[in-house]
Amino acid sequence: MSHDWPLWEVFIRTKGGLSHKHVGSVHAPDGELAVRHARDVYTRRLEGVSLWVVRSSDIVASDPAQAGPLFAPAETKIYRHPTFYDIPDAVKHI
Amino acid sequence: MAAPSPSRPDAALFDYLLRLGDDSLILGQRLTEWCGHAPTLEVDLSLANIGLDLIGQATLFLGVAGEVEGRGRDADALAFHRDAHAFRNCLLVEQPNGDFARTIARQWLFSTWQLALLEGLSTSAERRIAEIAEKAVKEVRYHADLAADWVVRLGDGTEESRRRMIDGLDWHWRFVDELFDGDPIEQPLVEAGIAVDRAALRPGFDATVGAVLEAATLPAAARPRPIKGGRVGHHSEHLGHLLAPMQYLPRAYPGAVW
Repeated sequence: MSHDWPLWEVFIRTKGGLSHKHVGSVHAPDGELAVRHARDVYTRRLEGVSLWVVRSSDIVASDPAQAGPLFAPAETKIYRHPTFYDIPDAVKHI
Repeated sequence: MAAPSPSRPDAALFDYLLRLGDDSLILGQRLTEWCGHAPTLEVDLSLANIGLDLIGQATLFLGVAGEVEGRGRDADALAFHRDAHAFRNCLLVEQPNGDFARTIARQWLFSTWQLALLEGLSTSAERRIAEIAEKAVKEVRYHADLAADWVVRLGDGTEESRRRMIDGLDWHWRFVDELFDGDPIEQPLVEAGIAVDRAALRPGFDATVGAVLEAATLPAAARPRPIKGGRVGHHSEHLGHLLAPMQYLPRAYPGAVW
């Protein structure tokens, strides 16, 4: 039966203030039941306080074949990491 | 065990707790029969989750029943060491699963009714019942909503899903009236504010059921000649077949633990 149902990607907010994170996917005939299926499959052990589902086919992804040109150039730009500063002792919460 | 009678409040309360606990226990056991057999993995987990919620409720209700009875029987003793005639569940919950639509029909009718019952019991004068009901209401609201969602989708789905949904409901209508039957055992408990007046739940149930059937484009609820008897231990042959695998292990290996 499930091969007739579209696939939905599931995102869970683990607690208030945090972002929704991708946890997996479910099959469901529509969005409302996708939320129910996501609840039943992925939140059985208090994993979250909020759920998003989105049709997998609606996700636009980068092309794995283009991973080199897309991501490799950043490898040599270590100065983009803010690791060259001395943090004064008086500064907390950083 | 002495026969429960209205003149012995504890015996009546014990019987009432069995009715509450056995409904949840038997339907929970039925739902676990779907494990590994449901149409999809997602539905498998949905049904198992509902089953586990119900078995959790049964553990609590039967635990209190054992305390009230005062003969040293705990929830396990009541679940696994009573024979079919000593069970007090309604006939609806012991009905075989059939196909998915019939299982959903049973779940929807039961959960819609149980939600109203538990909402009433959450203000019961018997504190232990009120506490269990308050916890269970949240679970059952989800069960009722999920089942109603499926009734609408199957009823207003394909030609086949619609036919199966109608067949599933037709199997179960005759067991609905029993849910709303009070009797002399419950009457004093109702008057004491411990039990819910079952008959008073009917109008709300009919309204909810009617609205979902309409959304599902399904025919209105049927009222065939009702079949009753579960509350006094007159069960269908299906209950024994359910109890045999459920009770086998604790009876074959008394006191077994893991």
